[in-house]
Amino acid sequence: MSIAILAESTGPASDYLVQRWLLEHCGSFLERLHIPTSGSFFDVLYSSLLVGVIFTPAVLLFAMFAIWWERKVAGHIQARLGPNRVGPIGILQSLADGIKLLGKEDLCPAEADKLLFRIAPYLAFAPAFAAWLALPYGPNMVFEPRLSSGVFWILAILSIEVMGVILAGWSSNNKWSVYGAMREAAQMVSYEIPLGIAIIVAICAAGTLNLVQLGHLQSGGIHTWFVFRNPFTFLAFGVFFVASLASNKRAPFDLPESESELVAGFHTEYSGLRWAFFFFAEYGSMFVVGGICAALFLGAWNDPFGLIGHYYAKWIGDDANIGKLLVLNLIAVGIFVTKALIIVYVQMWLRWTLPRPRIDQVLYACIKVLLPGSCVLLAGAALWQLFVPDRPGLPWMQYAPFSLEAWTGSPAGNALFSLVVQSILALIGVAGFAATLLWIGYAFTTGRGIKQRLTDPAPIEMGAA
Amino acid sequence: MNLILAQPPQIDITAGLFYIFGAITAISAVGVVLSRNIVRMAVCLFFTLLGVSALYFLLRAEFLAAVQLVVYAGGTLVLIIFGVMLTSKSPFSRFEPKAIEVAIASVLGIVVLGSLVVGIVKTKVPSQMSSEGVYPMTALGQALLGDYLVPFELVSVVLLVVMIGAAYLAKGRKKE
Repeated sequence: MSIAILAESTGPASDYLVQRWLLEHCGSFLERLHIPTSGSFFDVLYSSLLVGVIFTPAVLLFAMFAIWWERKVAGHIQARLGPNRVGPIGILQSLADGIKLLGKEDLCPAEADKLLFRIAPYLAFAPAFAAWLALPYGPNMVFEPRLSSGVFWILAILSIEVMGVILAGWSSNNKWSVYGAMREAAQMVSYEIPLGIAIIVAICAAGTLNLVQLGHLQSGGIHTWFVFRNPFTFLAFGVFFVASLASNKRAPFDLPESESELVAGFHTEYSGLRWAFFFFAEYGSMFVVGGICAALFLGAWNDPFGLIGHYYAKWIGDDANIGKLLVLNLIAVGIFVTKALIIVYVQMWLRWTLPRPRIDQVLYACIKVLLPGSCVLLAGAALWQLFVPDRPGLPWMQYAPFSLEAWTGSPAGNALFSLVVQSILALIGVAGFAATLLWIGYAFTTGRGIKQRLTDPAPIEMGAA
Repeated sequence: MNLILAQPPQIDITAGLFYIFGAITAISAVGVVLSRNIVRMAVCLFFTLLGVSALYFLLRAEFLAAVQLVVYAGGTLVLIIFGVMLTSKSPFSRFEPKAIEVAIASVLGIVVLGSLVVGIVKTKVPSQMSSEGVYPMTALGQALLGDYLVPFELVSVVLLVVMIGAAYLAKGRKKE
């Protein structure tokens, strides 16, 4: 029922806010060029410009930044400095590497299947890029706000992403590459199931697959984020995160490219720019996974206090507020990207901390632990929805931040119980996050100061005895 | 500034996109038939299914498009794995059909194509899409688990039988 209200309150007029603002300010210019400002031609033009001018550079810049960041994180975890020569604290290292890779020869093994070998990197990169388009960056900062199956679409995209990896491994005609590809296939096919079920657990609490509506449903403060909605979504978040690591072939599940046994796995034979495309794909999909975590579980673009949802609900009806709403949207994009980057950081942190399991242990963990576990969670979530209905209506339509009424004035019978559970879970989550931050802060600040470590290239003394 | 174009361009971009995606689908479908390499065939099939999925998107049946990607395009992946594992003797195994097989397949293909063309031409399709522009996914879900619950569950039972059969075959026989 709450979804019906939601659909009414977010009509087409409020969906395409940015498009309307652009038309208001640049419409006369377009008319002078005789470019129609409505109809399918304009839609395609607008979408292509958005993809070409914003999304493509964003994916590439993010990948370059994340590669530098990962090397920096790895360095600090291993008590060394990481790249620090190119630019301030080495931030231009990826650019330098990119120029080097552009100059490398584009090798292709003589006995390879040349066509498939050449298209495999693009097949790996294109899905990672396409998934970026579906993420909800803000209440109006969405490529297609009415994509009614947004979550499912991202899941579909992630499931065809392995195609590039498998083709790369097979067409290289190299046994290490084929081993890598087969491991990737086994891993992907099995981890897709707990991944999907963990998503369904969150969807059970939401009742919609539209990522924008999911964001609106979580806009009533931190206790309405889906990870804290009920105990099952809380656990499903963990299942989702582990499964997404595996389907993304991130460590500790990086068996397709495990360098200590398979040379470099599926990309052993690649060089130059084609090799770089695999890394663009990997880091692009790391952000996608972080984005899904944020959108499905961690409150999408909403701040912990529900302020964004509050002001959005206040301003959305009135055309005079279009400027304010755009600023609000930009803040929302900042919050969403920050959440996704936190998840990306955790992925890097795990990669340089955990050892790599064997392939049979990886499959055991999926088929015998995660799969039954996620089925139990799904049953639990369904029963929870049956017996403990959520707070009715939309949080952001009733919610006034910091007012007592929002905490006590819910009408339905079990709402208080639900609210108590949500609050306890939110407290656990916030406490866990705070403890982690303190832990990381402690690790960074003990011994030599962080600033000194970033700038001073002198080696760090290990185990002074 | 009236120099650029006297008339606003009347470009039906949807039709253009339809022809592009249709061409991708058709060309890669021909590739499936003409290729002699099992893995390349599977890759062509992958592109065919991607093209069909894009056509569904063009019709704004985005749920169907995503299902197409997950079930069929993802399924070709398994096909490739079989292609690699079952033909492990030579890395680029070739597929050489006999003349009689080609003849039978062509006749069957022409019959199916003819009946499809006749069926499509004779069916009256409503020329307008729904004004909503969005495929009602909630309605689809409720229809599957409401009005059509029994067929839906029967299909799941069939899948369960297949799974049990696969598990039985994979387990192998005990040596006595």
